[in-house]
Amino acid sequence: MKSLFSMVSWMGLFRVWQRNFIVYRQNWKISFLAPILEPLFYLLAFGYGLSTLVGNIRENGMEISYTAFIAPALIAINIMNNAFFENTYSSFVRMYYQKTFDAMMATPLTVNEIIAGEIVWGATKSVIATMIMMAVISAFGLIQYPSGLLLIPLAFMGGLAFGAVGMYFTGIVPHIDLFNLPFFLFITPMFLFSGTFFPIENLPDWAQVIAITFPLTHLVNLARSICYGRFDGVMLWQLLYIVIFWMVFFPLALYKMRKRLIK
Amino acid sequence: MQAIITAKNLTKRYGDLVAVDDISFNVLPGECYGILGPNGAGKTTTIRMIYGFSPMTAGELTVFGLDLRKHLCAIKSRIGVCQQENNLDPDLNLLQNLEVFGLFFNLTGRQAHEKAQALLEFMSLDHRKDAKALELSGGMTRRMVLARALINDPELLILDEPTTGLDPQSRHQVWERLEELKKKGLTVLLTTHYMDEASRLCDRLLIMDHGRILVEGRPADLIRQYVGHDIIEVAEPSSDLRAYVKARQLQVEDFGHRMIIYESNGSNLYQEISKKYCQEGCLLRMASLEDVFLKLTGRELRE
Repeated sequence: MKSLFSMVSWMGLFRVWQRNFIVYRQNWKISFLAPILEPLFYLLAFGYGLSTLVGNIRENGMEISYTAFIAPALIAINIMNNAFFENTYSSFVRMYYQKTFDAMMATPLTVNEIIAGEIVWGATKSVIATMIMMAVISAFGLIQYPSGLLLIPLAFMGGLAFGAVGMYFTGIVPHIDLFNLPFFLFITPMFLFSGTFFPIENLPDWAQVIAITFPLTHLVNLARSICYGRFDGVMLWQLLYIVIFWMVFFPLALYKMRKRLIK
Repeated sequence: MQAIITAKNLTKRYGDLVAVDDISFNVLPGECYGILGPNGAGKTTTIRMIYGFSPMTAGELTVFGLDLRKHLCAIKSRIGVCQQENNLDPDLNLLQNLEVFGLFFNLTGRQAHEKAQALLEFMSLDHRKDAKALELSGGMTRRMVLARALINDPELLILDEPTTGLDPQSRHQVWERLEELKKKGLTVLLTTHYMDEASRLCDRLLIMDHGRILVEGRPADLIRQYVGHDIIEVAEPSSDLRAYVKARQLQVEDFGHRMIIYESNGSNLYQEISKKYCQEGCLLRMASLEDVFLKLTGRELRE
């Protein structure tokens, strides 16, 4: 692990990040639209449409409204989606179609710096989306402050973990269409069954066991605790699980991308 | 004089395929060195090893006197590379393309901006600096790739087929720019399969095929050594002519409908042949690098 990090210079990593940031800055108006509108749509459809049917939810011994239940989950889902999408489709386009990485490899940048920079960029997109969503959701009074500000570092850590998983897939898929597979088998089940729209206690026992292994389950729980301003020791374990996910997939992603790019 | 590039027994294998097979050469400061060969000869693989894109399988490679295996980053920061495919950044305009590349070489934002402006002017692209990379013509794209390779003031410029696919005007423009750079003392390593390009730009060159070096030297020396001074081309050679060249033991290549006779001394031979044996037409011309190339690498298609 130590030798892995010594192969990445912070400056090189930052330069790759900076390239993506310069491109992002040009289209920020469009990029801002999704994280503003998405929580609005979900809160309206699920929160107000469904809440009359669902009523309140008992969560960790607390009685809360359905909108308050799903709002933190929406943030967690977006942390996952932004980083995963960025480091799958977007990174793949840069690597395969635009040959951006090939051009970078003719400069002092190393493959490790390029890929680490891409993953940190994916996490940055999670952070940006989270901050915008926080503004929208706060308008509904669904986030407690100042503890709510912890969502920002959480978004970065979650983004790193899901981005590393995405980049690992980018290192192994032969063709861009095959990203449907991890989206369908990995992202969609997590989106639905990580205690996002209903508590995982509603699932049958065997399904609960699977849901516990999903990193999103822990990210959702952390986001809830932060939004409600309710802290306990379990949060450390939940955070540790996400960090471990990152620690496994980050070196794997670097390894697979090195194999893919160095000919 | 210390060589800029020293390659010793350089080898690259992909599984069973030997792409570059134990080649050695060196490139001296200020010279333009060419690597020529048919498609698949190993040209691109060779230079990719030199700019650190492909790790070598065996051999030794020294650039600027530094061992490439140990000092890859230091070496890469001192060379400029024009890869074969045009991989300008389509998400950025021309000015940004150069600026961002400057940042990759650790220039400050201001240095990168100034250098980018100067290079756009040098390549006559400053009027298009806000254009996106994909809006450019082929010739402009190549000039732009060349500009990008110069962003770090390299001491060595590596070009992989710099003018492939360009129209004659664009090719000449690229050549003029390269000649200007050469005059300033820049060392250039290029691959090409255009012989006119190699004759015009290269001080020395090697011709390779199937991963091995066939010959190396100065273009004029290679022509003199391998094909002589002049070439006589005869259309529809007669059997009398065939008997004549056989009797005189001349060096020829016979393609049935066309015969090439290599001549090394004087033009008496041409007068004799054109008077006696030319029914369909004869042509006397200077021998060129292309004759050397075809003689050494054969004439069958490479696909």
